[in-house]
Amino acid sequence: MVDLRRAAAIVGVHEHITRYAPDKSEQQIQGESIIKALEDAGLEKKDVDGLFCASMSVRSSGLNLADYLNMYPKMVDNTTVGGGSFEFHLSHALNAIYAGRINCAVITYATQARSGGVSVGTGGISRQGHPRLDPSPDSFEELYGLTTVGLYAMIAQRHMHLYGTTSEQLAEIAVTMRRHASLNPEALFRDLITVDDVMRSPVVSTPLHRNDCCVITDGGGAVVVASPELARNCKQKPVWILGAGEAVAHQGAGKRDLMYIAAKQSHVPAFEMAGVTQKDIDMAMIYDSFTITVLETLEDLGFCEKGEGGQFVLNGRIGLGGELPINTDGGGLSSNHPGMRGLFLLLEATRQLRGQFEGTERQVPDCKIALCHGTGGALGSRHSGGTVILARD
Amino acid sequence: MTTWNKPLPTIIGETKTFWDMCRRGVLLIQKCDSCNEYQWYPRGICANCWSNDIKWVPSSGRGTVWTFTVTNQNRTQGFDTGPYVLALVELEEGVRMFTNIVECDPKDVSIGMAVEVTFQRATDQISVPFFKPVY
Repeated sequence: MVDLRRAAAIVGVHEHITRYAPDKSEQQIQGESIIKALEDAGLEKKDVDGLFCASMSVRSSGLNLADYLNMYPKMVDNTTVGGGSFEFHLSHALNAIYAGRINCAVITYATQARSGGVSVGTGGISRQGHPRLDPSPDSFEELYGLTTVGLYAMIAQRHMHLYGTTSEQLAEIAVTMRRHASLNPEALFRDLITVDDVMRSPVVSTPLHRNDCCVITDGGGAVVVASPELARNCKQKPVWILGAGEAVAHQGAGKRDLMYIAAKQSHVPAFEMAGVTQKDIDMAMIYDSFTITVLETLEDLGFCEKGEGGQFVLNGRIGLGGELPINTDGGGLSSNHPGMRGLFLLLEATRQLRGQFEGTERQVPDCKIALCHGTGGALGSRHSGGTVILARD
Repeated sequence: MTTWNKPLPTIIGETKTFWDMCRRGVLLIQKCDSCNEYQWYPRGICANCWSNDIKWVPSSGRGTVWTFTVTNQNRTQGFDTGPYVLALVELEEGVRMFTNIVECDPKDVSIGMAVEVTFQRATDQISVPFFKPVY
């Protein structure tokens, strides 16, 4: 494979801080985010020649967004593989920029999951947007009352059965994310919680409690990705892409071991390309739709052995000040989870690598290399995993 | 017979044989004549070797609970009235399928529990396979 390290950089980011935006369209939130992210980079509309996006509600999201913003990009990619779509977009933008087909891509997302009353985790088949089941696989799956939380809960249940993982260990993840959220003025929930609080919250789907589940918010954001030539002339210091890997995992015709998730495949090319190992990662943004998502992802990314995730997350290891701080914005569990959260992983990793929180408790000291892993779909069924490794100059 | 208020499968040529046999109380799975692999869910191509030598074969209808969850919250009609057990059952033939564990208290379900297929009539045309404990 050609050496893609530092072939493209994140040069601008913007998080639309709203957590509730009933009066704005998705396209408006995306447009406002793109404008701010370009301002952050010191670039303009005319510089953008690649448009990358995904949507929960718009089928041809790239086409519709180009129309709304009156853009004529050379490349449009609305790859939609669930919440981790944006790690896939970054991976694709890297290829396109290296190949010289584009110089500057924007990756964007927005939704009104909260103001629209979308039951992302517990809506059952209504999350598919239509009452009729597809002949397959829906007619062999949704028939039985699948929910997103239920699919993750089944994985948590078996993880407990095989490895002795406990609800208290999962709760520790939620508690740590809330501690990080308390440092983020934009986070939806900022009051500290305890393991007991998590254990006492209602059981949504055994063994997962409500506080094991992410919040539901509106929101959006944008990332600007540029070629090295363009990046050197931007306002902000570039955050380089060192490596990227993509994978899907699914039932495997009824025979795949569902306890291994897509991260097990996607991290391999990402680390190989980057030429770094797990020990080199200063902080990680790990998709946290549910506490079990974090635990399984840490295992399958190789930060610990399979089955040891429950021990790994204890004693402050994944908190700020710990060995591997994760989700320093408070994560999907406490800050925001607007239906798909993958974009926000890139935003916070970039802020950390820029040293944007220098002098505050939120900053990971001397943050040089960060990893983002987005998961989309459901762990107990078909899902995607996108790993990207980012580094400061 | 109570009125079926849960979702119903959509049946097309690719899956009609399966649903026809459910109505007669037989759980079919598929086996490939080229590579001898079983597969679930039913499809018109072998997921292993991509041949089209797919044959319907009856499953023993027996298996074990591979994993499960007692679901307390689902907005879908038919699943919105109280806890139900969503499970993955591993059939004796080695494939795992989504199902509900029925005819028992959700609190009694555990991983590894022996179960067997049972059919519930949804409409005159459609019976849906579920699993119940083997005592």
